[in-house]
Amino acid sequence: MSKVIEGLLYAESHEWVKIEGDIATIGISDYAQHALGNIVYVDMPEVGDEVTAGEDFGAVESVKAASDLISPVSGEVVEINEELEDAPEAINADAFANWIIKVKISDPSEAENLLDAAAYAKLCENE
Amino acid sequence: MEQECQKTCLHDRHVALGALMSPFAGFDMPIQYAGITEEHNAVRRHVGVFDVSHMGEVRVSGPDAYGFVSHIFVNDVTGAPDGQIFYGMMCYENGGTVDDLLVYKVNDEEYFLVINASNIDKDVAWILQNAEGFDVRIEDQSPYYGEVAVQGPEAEAAMEEILGIPVKDIAFYNFKTMNVDGEEIIVSRTGYTGEDGFEVYGSHDFTRKVWDKLMKGGVQPCGLGCRDTLRFEVGLPLYGDELSADITPIEASLSMFVKLDKPEFIGKEALAAQKAEGVKRRIVGLELEGNAIPRHGYPVEVNGEQVGEITTGYRSISTGKSVAMAMINKPYDKLGTEVEVRIRKKTFPAKVVKKRFYDKNYKK
Repeated sequence: MSKVIEGLLYAESHEWVKIEGDIATIGISDYAQHALGNIVYVDMPEVGDEVTAGEDFGAVESVKAASDLISPVSGEVVEINEELEDAPEAINADAFANWIIKVKISDPSEAENLLDAAAYAKLCENE
Repeated sequence: MEQECQKTCLHDRHVALGALMSPFAGFDMPIQYAGITEEHNAVRRHVGVFDVSHMGEVRVSGPDAYGFVSHIFVNDVTGAPDGQIFYGMMCYENGGTVDDLLVYKVNDEEYFLVINASNIDKDVAWILQNAEGFDVRIEDQSPYYGEVAVQGPEAEAAMEEILGIPVKDIAFYNFKTMNVDGEEIIVSRTGYTGEDGFEVYGSHDFTRKVWDKLMKGGVQPCGLGCRDTLRFEVGLPLYGDELSADITPIEASLSMFVKLDKPEFIGKEALAAQKAEGVKRRIVGLELEGNAIPRHGYPVEVNGEQVGEITTGYRSISTGKSVAMAMINKPYDKLGTEVEVRIRKKTFPAKVVKKRFYDKNYKK
């Protein structure tokens, strides 16, 4: 049974979002890291890049395959987690502590389309 | 409509071990148990066992068996001692590849062909279709045989000590037929990992017994995930990636298995012409700068123009480098040529290298 954390928002494509003011911190869920297996590479955008809700902004790669990262919100990338460049496996160890990017949100209403913890846990159960 | 998946005789074992299962070549197969990296390393350093019961087996026998095998197979089995094995391909008239396979020579009137699971129906039809005029009997024995591959530097010890099957006297690319537990089994010193190892063919019952003994003996079960990373690292082709109906063995850089001095075989004319004129493209190795991972189908570019594509790519588990096999147009196939691989929105510099990213460790 994979872990789901209360208070975060979730996308159906298995990213989690923590919104503080106009900054969204984005990572992938415990369910997603488990489904991927050993993560060996995280392809991240650069600071200053624009991301769009529903569109890919990078990828997480296991030995076997690449899995697109889909942005849950739109805005400008203000920070990337550089530690993942050398230690992508940190996501396997703790998917919620090891965020991937931080985005300055341009349209706060987009968060309304995301799932809360209970709804996301139900989605994972049915997959 | 999703097609119903076949199950190998070890399917219940995989499920009980908690393997991640996925359809492959029409079979519900184990992709990994402990994890691809751990299984990969077990085979490189110690020993692992694969369920390869999905592979196809075809027995060709009769007075014309030698002539018929020579007709459909690009390698040359002439003059081989009984018990020798040959790797090679069956090709179409135009040189495209029907399949790559192993041919086991039982004797001049009997050969045992081991073919890819994904190609069983196509291969059997092709073999039957071309057997006209030859006095041979063709039997598809795939439903009868189970098969396990015991691979790694400790494979010989596992075969002898855990299974009690004597293999010390079997040389690389040779096999023996033995009577074990009241049935005839086939044991060969072959594999698809670049390590020493054995492949064991027997009934479903026998195969289950072998698997259970190996599990009890502590041998790491290995899935198709690491089967692919292992074969890739030593530059072995996978039908569907580096070989296909559209890719000839010459283009796949496998011409050493195509014996053009043989009097006749299907595809000879086309392959001889391609060899003489030179191929327009071929499979090479690529090494990328940086950590991005090239995957099957990603474009290879020079000055923004596509000159090829990735056929298989990984972060090599054994070396840690991002490497790939790729089909590249001439003249960009030369060793040391600098190209770029397009990975999603960016391109990454790469260099043409030999398509052997890790040295084989065969016991010859």
